[in-house]
Amino acid sequence: MTEIARLVIQRGSEDEDPRTEAFDTPFEPGQSVLDGLRWIRANKDASLAFRYSCISANACKECMLRLDGKVVYACLARLEPREMRLEPLADKPWLRDLATEIAPPGERMGAAARKETAK
Amino acid sequence: MDPIKLETDVLVIGAGGAGIYAAIEAARAGNRVLLADRSLIGRGGATVMAMMTVAVALADAAPDAPEFHLADTLASGRSLSDPEMARLLCEEGPDRIREMDDWGVGWARDDSGAITSAHAPGHDRPRCVYVDFLNTGPAVSKTLRKVLNRADGITRVGDLQIVDLVVKDGAAAGAVGVDIASGRPVLISAGATVLATGGLTRLYRRSSASSNMGGDGYALALRAGAELIDMEFVQFFPIGHLAPRLIGLDPIMWDPFRYKLGGLLLNGEMQPFTDRYGAPEDGRYVITRDTATYAILKEVEAGRGTPHGGAYLSFAHVGREALEAAFGPVIKKLAANGIDLTEMPVEVAPIAHYHMGGVKADPLMETAVPGLLVAGEAVGGANGANRLSGNAITEALVFGHRAGRSAAEFVASRGGQAPLQESDAATALDLVSASAAPSNDNVANQVAALQELMTRDVGPFRTEAGLKRALTALGRMAEDLGDAPPGRPGPFTPERTDWFDLRNMLLVARAVTTAALSRTESRGAHQREDFPGQLDEWTCNQAIALEGDALRIAVAQNAAAKLKAASA
Repeated sequence: MTEIARLVIQRGSEDEDPRTEAFDTPFEPGQSVLDGLRWIRANKDASLAFRYSCISANACKECMLRLDGKVVYACLARLEPREMRLEPLADKPWLRDLATEIAPPGERMGAAARKETAK
Repeated sequence: MDPIKLETDVLVIGAGGAGIYAAIEAARAGNRVLLADRSLIGRGGATVMAMMTVAVALADAAPDAPEFHLADTLASGRSLSDPEMARLLCEEGPDRIREMDDWGVGWARDDSGAITSAHAPGHDRPRCVYVDFLNTGPAVSKTLRKVLNRADGITRVGDLQIVDLVVKDGAAAGAVGVDIASGRPVLISAGATVLATGGLTRLYRRSSASSNMGGDGYALALRAGAELIDMEFVQFFPIGHLAPRLIGLDPIMWDPFRYKLGGLLLNGEMQPFTDRYGAPEDGRYVITRDTATYAILKEVEAGRGTPHGGAYLSFAHVGREALEAAFGPVIKKLAANGIDLTEMPVEVAPIAHYHMGGVKADPLMETAVPGLLVAGEAVGGANGANRLSGNAITEALVFGHRAGRSAAEFVASRGGQAPLQESDAATALDLVSASAAPSNDNVANQVAALQELMTRDVGPFRTEAGLKRALTALGRMAEDLGDAPPGRPGPFTPERTDWFDLRNMLLVARAVTTAALSRTESRGAHQREDFPGQLDEWTCNQAIALEGDALRIAVAQNAAAKLKAASA
């Protein structure tokens, strides 16, 4: 049986006015918030930014975001037939939409480029 | 937009097990290394997703030798493995596994302190070491990350998508990429480059590896002038989880269950069926991956599948106590997903798992392009038409180590090179900086359409009609893709990332399909419905190169078959 989850998502980046956008997402019970986000990308808006790698195994630990204010893994949080508010992590540099820069500071391009100029 | 410019002795692309090992080994030889990954260092790719075991002839707990491991690897490859590549894997496996042990990976041991081995399908004896069932890959990743972080001379950069290699004066000279966090172009000058990008599971709808394994290394290699080999052999993992819907667990988790507890594979009528395909289901776990995949899909085709189109895997006869003793924490996770194994079977079906084919290389991991090395699953040849279970992590470690060493030797022999200028990589830099009108075609949807196409027409069963239909569709999709990524460069633009991926995926899909259409027989992971038998004249390998926009296939008699013919 297909139900609808309403995902209210923070959009934008530092250079744009922040805004929220709502997507009605069909799902079957048992699916995850990450499944819903991937459905939105493939069916509504491919520019929606969020991080993930391993899809559903909770191995990569990349899909962290805030659901109704609480930090969760999108692959473990269940879609529910209600309004669900999604925001990027608050304590990491914001890139776009739900994507933040979560690599350790020493494993980011900024550190590599600084090393290069220091040579 | 001005590119970010980086210089290094050795560039390693991909930070899974093979890439990290290559980086460590190149740095040990005194090189500056740049280890780049499109996602997080040591978190993406396949290594971290490996649930199971690592094949190696340690002879710790019982007699074994690399030559026995080699015999099983060659037999599993259905006479198509490159014997020298397979020999390297088997002979150097023990050194790498012991080095990982020294680094504290924590291989499981018996009471006497010997490293324990499990008996996996296709092996003549227990030969597969593990850390803990369901945790071997994560432990290998964690250990390699620890050694990596302590090593001198390695710069680690995540969120760096490599878009093309740069070849200058006939040799690999670096790469062009995108800094995903800012959208800026990146120009990397390198004395040698190692491709450790893993396989191509993302070409298929259901897969057991990370979503960032779309075969990008194969496309990078082709465009740089290297050859691919054995591209028609895509391994499907027979018992990937299908239903009920399950989150927070790896879809290949049922393999360790079968190792420890057996478990019955049943059709939709709850009857054993694998005996009809030459492999009796006697509760032990001996059936090889290609046979099991074939048997499950044939049952589905005959109308004897499960409701979601697979087979049942039942542990009902095992009993609650034995299940909880073997997999306590996992049993709890399953309960949270509404699954009680004592009461109900789960549904399983084949999912894309591993690629036997890859970049053609010699046992030094050198490709046809000087200074371009390859490591891990990205390498073709060692596993022939079907990979022996447990050989993937061994291959990652052994080939990674060897590639890192070869890269260091190449840098030393060649001496210093002047850093690349923008003019050396103008085409690729223009591409990563290009803007196109936001497309009406949803690129994420196009990726999904490609996955549907490959699953239907270039999956475990193939026909001439289906393969030709796929080639036509792939050509149309390549035309639709256009020649510039949608939108403008900026921080984290997934539609542009997908566009660069799709450009690679379409080329790699064409290589797989072209090779599959050419091979008019059935062998291992390549099953042609219109050519059901294995043919002696096809005991040969197909190499693919890119000429202009066309893929050219060259057929070479298999090295092992040649040896046999010479000694007969």
